[in-house]
Amino acid sequence: MKKTVILIVTGILAIAFIGTVLSASERGEREDEEYSENTYAPDIFGYGPPRSVWPGPRADVRPVADATYANECGACHFAYQPGLLSAQAWSRIMDTLSVHYGDDASLEAPQAEAIRRYLLDNAADRASESRSRAFAAGPAAGNALPRITATNYFRREHYEIPARFVEGNKEVRSFSNCQACHRTAETGVYNEHLVMIPGVGRWDD
Amino acid sequence: MKPKIVYGMAGCLFAGLAQGAAGDLLSGYRSAGAGVFSPEAGAAAWVQEYPSAGGAGRSCAGCHGSDPRQPGRHIETGKPIEPMARSVNPDRLTDPAKVEKWFRRNCRWTLGRECTPQEKGDFYQFLISQ
Repeated sequence: MKKTVILIVTGILAIAFIGTVLSASERGEREDEEYSENTYAPDIFGYGPPRSVWPGPRADVRPVADATYANECGACHFAYQPGLLSAQAWSRIMDTLSVHYGDDASLEAPQAEAIRRYLLDNAADRASESRSRAFAAGPAAGNALPRITATNYFRREHYEIPARFVEGNKEVRSFSNCQACHRTAETGVYNEHLVMIPGVGRWDD
Repeated sequence: MKPKIVYGMAGCLFAGLAQGAAGDLLSGYRSAGAGVFSPEAGAAAWVQEYPSAGGAGRSCAGCHGSDPRQPGRHIETGKPIEPMARSVNPDRLTDPAKVEKWFRRNCRWTLGRECTPQEKGDFYQFLISQ
């Protein structure tokens, strides 16, 4: 009787495990095939089984999929995923490109239009990823230009980090420099267990 | 065909294309009123400091470094910038649209105004000579 119970329980657990590995229910409205590439982190450990077998961290925000945006808006800084700000915030940014956080980022009209459309279509308030939607909650700024680092969600996630790791750290310098610590930021994976602060090490709390 | 000959032809073709793009840019500047272009003037303008509203002087070298053969860093974000020198990066300054885009943005930010065709031509000659 006991053996049977153990067998049944193990069987259920095995099915459940396989289910979580293969399931698409948490991936939102997108098709399985379109999204499966983005659910696994790139191989940053250099050892262990191939990443496609093990369930890796899922993309918290949809990675950048527009080449124009990646080229134009990733030329001077990290190409922030559209899912990190609300549509209203992106609109504000695209309206003020010539005074872009102290710099001039002006674009030709057709390119600006294409980028604006991409950003608004993929903004945080329209995202299927719950962590992405979290960025749309609350204002990203008062009258000033919107900042990802000023969103409620961002501040909540980063308030424990000492200034000497960021502003006082020559290799980071600012919270706006996501990829300095979030080494897999480009893939949309911001998992805290993959954070490596340069000159400091891992951050796990 | 012998590989060397093929490489030689490819090199000539690339150089020719680069010259073609150069020709477009420089002739555009000349027809806009520029005179003789001088790499020395470009070199001097590269390191010249221009006043800014915030107080700190701005120069091309501030982000690109005083030596175009070395990589630069964006002065605000720290993002690495590939060397501007043609000798290090052969495809630098070969795309007229890209050149014009960056001149527009960077001159406006650094000098506080658009660069004149003369200045652009001088910068161009300076960078391809490096």
